[in-house]
Amino acid sequence: MLTMQEILETIKMVQEEHLDIRTITMGISIRDCAHENPKIATQKIYDKITRLARRLVPVGEELEREFGIPIVNKRISVTPIALVAEASKTDDYFMFAETLDKAAAEVGVNFIGGFSALVHKGFTSGDLYLINSIPQALSATERVCASVNVATSKAGINMDAVHRMGEVIKETALLSADRDGLGCAKLVVFANVPEDNPFMAGAFHGVGEPDCVINTGVSGPGVVKRAVEKSQDSDFGTLAEIIKKTAFKITRMGELIGREAAARLNVPFGIVDVSLAPTPAIGDSVAEILEAMGLERCGAHGTTAALALLNDAVKKGGLMASSYVGGLSGAFIPVSEDEGMIRAVEAGALSLDKLEAMTCVCSVGLDMIAVPGETSAETIAAIIADEAAIGVINHKTTAVRIIPAPGKGVGDYVEFGGLLGRAPVMSTSSFSSALFVLRGGRIPAPLHSLKN
Amino acid sequence: MPMSHEPRKNRVIVSVLGQDRVGIIAAVAQILSTHNINILDISQTIMQKLFTMILIADMENSDIDLATLKELLHDKGKELGLKIDVQHEDIFRFMHRI
Repeated sequence: MLTMQEILETIKMVQEEHLDIRTITMGISIRDCAHENPKIATQKIYDKITRLARRLVPVGEELEREFGIPIVNKRISVTPIALVAEASKTDDYFMFAETLDKAAAEVGVNFIGGFSALVHKGFTSGDLYLINSIPQALSATERVCASVNVATSKAGINMDAVHRMGEVIKETALLSADRDGLGCAKLVVFANVPEDNPFMAGAFHGVGEPDCVINTGVSGPGVVKRAVEKSQDSDFGTLAEIIKKTAFKITRMGELIGREAAARLNVPFGIVDVSLAPTPAIGDSVAEILEAMGLERCGAHGTTAALALLNDAVKKGGLMASSYVGGLSGAFIPVSEDEGMIRAVEAGALSLDKLEAMTCVCSVGLDMIAVPGETSAETIAAIIADEAAIGVINHKTTAVRIIPAPGKGVGDYVEFGGLLGRAPVMSTSSFSSALFVLRGGRIPAPLHSLKN
Repeated sequence: MPMSHEPRKNRVIVSVLGQDRVGIIAAVAQILSTHNINILDISQTIMQKLFTMILIADMENSDIDLATLKELLHDKGKELGLKIDVQHEDIFRFMHRI
């Protein structure tokens, strides 16, 4: 029998510490929707998504009621559109974005991921058409998210793609200038992208996945923060142990809800993504966990070590709690979505350089960072190249989601509202990287042995 | 326990939090008995001056579903100025038992 303490602990986690299931994401393969006539292809895509995801939102709401745990987002990811649209005789892929947007609206999900291309070794014509369509797709649709994988540890870094994505990010920001460059918040440039990530904006349904699958993403920075706060006197071994136990409990929720959702929707259960995903809500912050470990401000010396401990302990605790862990799994360090990160930037404690160092040990990368609107495409490309290098050399996923805020400079703010939050514009290096980026070609894959 | 999604369908946990007053248990128990829900265990305490009651019940022979029970208890909670919730037992079992 459960004890009263255990029951109250769970209730407290949900009510006071913001424990929630961040997302139930249905992955849908649309490989069978390819057709040389783009009108037929888009109709097939619309039909398949709305047929399979019709009950996604009602089932999510049913689970929320029964188990009493909030399920914040219900979302959809599809096969990278470049792979499917390529068969169609058109070079304008905006209509595919429109189709995804309509299908998402029809079934009531707030984001749909998969307006994506995998170009780590080179482009096909479909990849190029897709990338060219990204600025319009992200500014003229509401729910579509795009991602492009530009590097892997096996293939190296496609610097032509990196450069192109610098330009695409600039164009996207300009086309959504009236909303502070919101389009860029829906665009992720990856190295070593996972194919089963349920978190937006980088989710897509990988080619090795089944026809339809349910993946869940848990969250709970607030729960971990409270646990860390309660253990002020413990040494690092004990601290890691406490975080592991907490991550275990959080992940169990994702496992339960994911399996239950999959069973009710009659599709296979994929993975739980064990991630600490902060929200702008007070106390739901990864930065505040690091500060609770004893740093005056996130960004102070020691932050990378603290984040390494946190990220590793979260993974270890989560792995035991679920039969299948996947996706990104670790701590996210977005700036705009994390009240503690914003405070750290405002206080001058946290810079882009420190964030870059932190991405070496966390689960993703430079996330939701606003930079001055005048930042050049080449500088943005160079920032992407640095992140990709960290991912490629260290065999981990890295990503860049950056917003060159149109018309804004250091000290200004971008406001996106909702889960995307708001971000102070941060300064970049004033020195040019253009000649480096413009070389073009591919940075070769790194050595896989002789590691030092 | 196997990692199956087969829940023990019927057990729920009712939690009551708020100011102590006369008749809380009676009010909750009355709703449960009206709908043929069996109380398996009940415990209560005062935590940080807050009345806390946890009740485990079996809905095997209940004539209503969990969503309806939730609404009835929410309404009763409002009436008494308390927070009353009911959740499936699995959420607690899954978190605390391997």
